[in-house]
Amino acid sequence: MSTYPTTPSQTVGPYLHIGLPWPDGPYAVAEGTPGAVWIRGTVYDGAGEVVTDALIETWQADPEGRFDHPDDPRGAVSRPGFRGFGRCPTDAAGEYGVLTLKPGSVPGPEGVQAPHIDVSVFARGMLNRVVTRVYFPEEEAANAADPVLNGITDPEVRATLVARPAPDGYRFDVRLQGDGETAFFDI
Amino acid sequence: MTAMPTTPDGTPPGLIVPGYIRDHDTHPPLDHSGYKSTALRHPKRPLTLLPHTLTETTSPVLGQDRLGELDHDLTRQHEEEPQGQRIILHGQVRDSDGTPVPHTLVEIWQANAAGRYRHAADNWPAPLDPHFTGVGRVLTDAQGRYRFVTIRPGAYPWKNHRNAWRPAHIHFSLFGRAFTQRLVTQMYFPDDPLFFQDPMWNSVPDPKARERMLARFDYDTTEPEWALAYRWDIVLRGREQTPFESDEEIMEDDE
Ligand SMILES: [Fe+3]
Repeated sequence: MSTYPTTPSQTVGPYLHIGLPWPDGPYAVAEGTPGAVWIRGTVYDGAGEVVTDALIETWQADPEGRFDHPDDPRGAVSRPGFRGFGRCPTDAAGEYGVLTLKPGSVPGPEGVQAPHIDVSVFARGMLNRVVTRVYFPEEEAANAADPVLNGITDPEVRATLVARPAPDGYRFDVRLQGDGETAFFDI
Repeated sequence: MTAMPTTPDGTPPGLIVPGYIRDHDTHPPLDHSGYKSTALRHPKRPLTLLPHTLTETTSPVLGQDRLGELDHDLTRQHEEEPQGQRIILHGQVRDSDGTPVPHTLVEIWQANAAGRYRHAADNWPAPLDPHFTGVGRVLTDAQGRYRFVTIRPGAYPWKNHRNAWRPAHIHFSLFGRAFTQRLVTQMYFPDDPLFFQDPMWNSVPDPKARERMLARFDYDTTEPEWALAYRWDIVLRGREQTPFESDEEIMEDDE
C-alpha cells in the first residue's frame, strides 16, 4: 500500500471572514425548531483577552445519536431540517453562538459515550485548528461513565468540557491558554 | 432505523470504527515563535489523545445547495472582470491511500491582484478592485477533482516583523468525509521570492512538507489566449488499515 504524505495545515489568518462564514452557519437547525438550544460562548487568549477573529465549528449526532453519513455502520439517518454542523465566527466581543438540538448518546469503542459535540477552533495566530468537545451539565451519570472524559485525570481540566446552563441553552467558553485552559484533543 | 444490539445487561457493546492516520509530522506546531500571534493562542497543556469514534469518523455531507452558480469562477462574480492575471486553478483531493475524495466541499478566499482583501480590517494602501470579491466554492467531482477560475493574488505586507510580506497565496478550506480530515491551509505559487522570511511557510517543520503547499505551473491546462494554469493536489488523512484488512491483503498476495 502506497502512502501519500498529507498536505500541511496553515492558519485561517485575519481575513477568514470573507471566506468561511455562511449566513446560515450558526443554524444547525432553524429558529423555532422544537427543542432547539443555543450553545454560546466566548473565546479567550492566554492574556484573558477576547479573541475576535476566531471561527467555531461544531459537529454532532442528532437527538437519537445518529449521523447522516455513509460511514456510520448503523446506517445513515437523515433528520429533515437538522444539519449536525454549525459554523460561527466570533464577534467583536469574542462571542459565538450555534443553534442546534442536543445530541443523543453515541456508541464508542468502550460502550456508550455521553452526549457530546465535537468543536474545532480556528483563528489568526493558530497554525492548525484545536479540537475540543462540549458535554452537558445535566448528564452527570453519563458524563461520569464517558471514556473520553475519564481519559482526562485532572477533574478541573475535565470540567472545562462541560457546558454551563443558560436561559436559552448552554454556555461553553473556550480558553486557548493559561488559567482554566480548555482541554484540547490530539485527533 | 436499525436498533443498537445490546448485551444481556442492556448496555450496547463497544462500536469500533476504523480511525484515521495521525499525521503530526506534517503540520506546523501551534507554538511557533516566528509567528508572533501564536504566543497567546496556543495551548500550553499537552493535548489529550482522542480515540476516533463515530463523531470523529463522520462529518457533514454538503451538497450543491451550498454553492452559488458562479462560485467556481471568481472572475465572473461582478459586472466586469477583475484586474490581474487570469488563472485556472485545479487539482485533485485524495486521502493518504491515494483514494480520491469525491463530492467534498472546497472553499477558497484570497487577496486581489494588488494584494488587498475585501475585508474591513485590511486597509494597507493598495487598491481595492470593485470587480473582485475573492471568494470561491466548489464540490469535487466523482474523481475528487476541483477547478476554479480566478486571478493570481498579489503579495501583501503585515506587521509580524520588520518589512514582513506574505508570499502570494490562496486560502483553502476542505471538509473531506470525516471530522478528522478537516483541513484549512494555504496554497502558494512556485518560485516566490518571499518564502525565506515568511513564518507561515517556514512553520512547517519538514521542507518536503512545505513543498506540498506549492502549486505547479501546468502548461497543458493553460488555455491559449485566455488563461495560465496551476495544478495543486491536496492530500487529506487516510483511514488506518485494520489488522483484519491487512491479513486479507496478504492472503490475496499469496494467491
Ligand atoms: Fe492571506
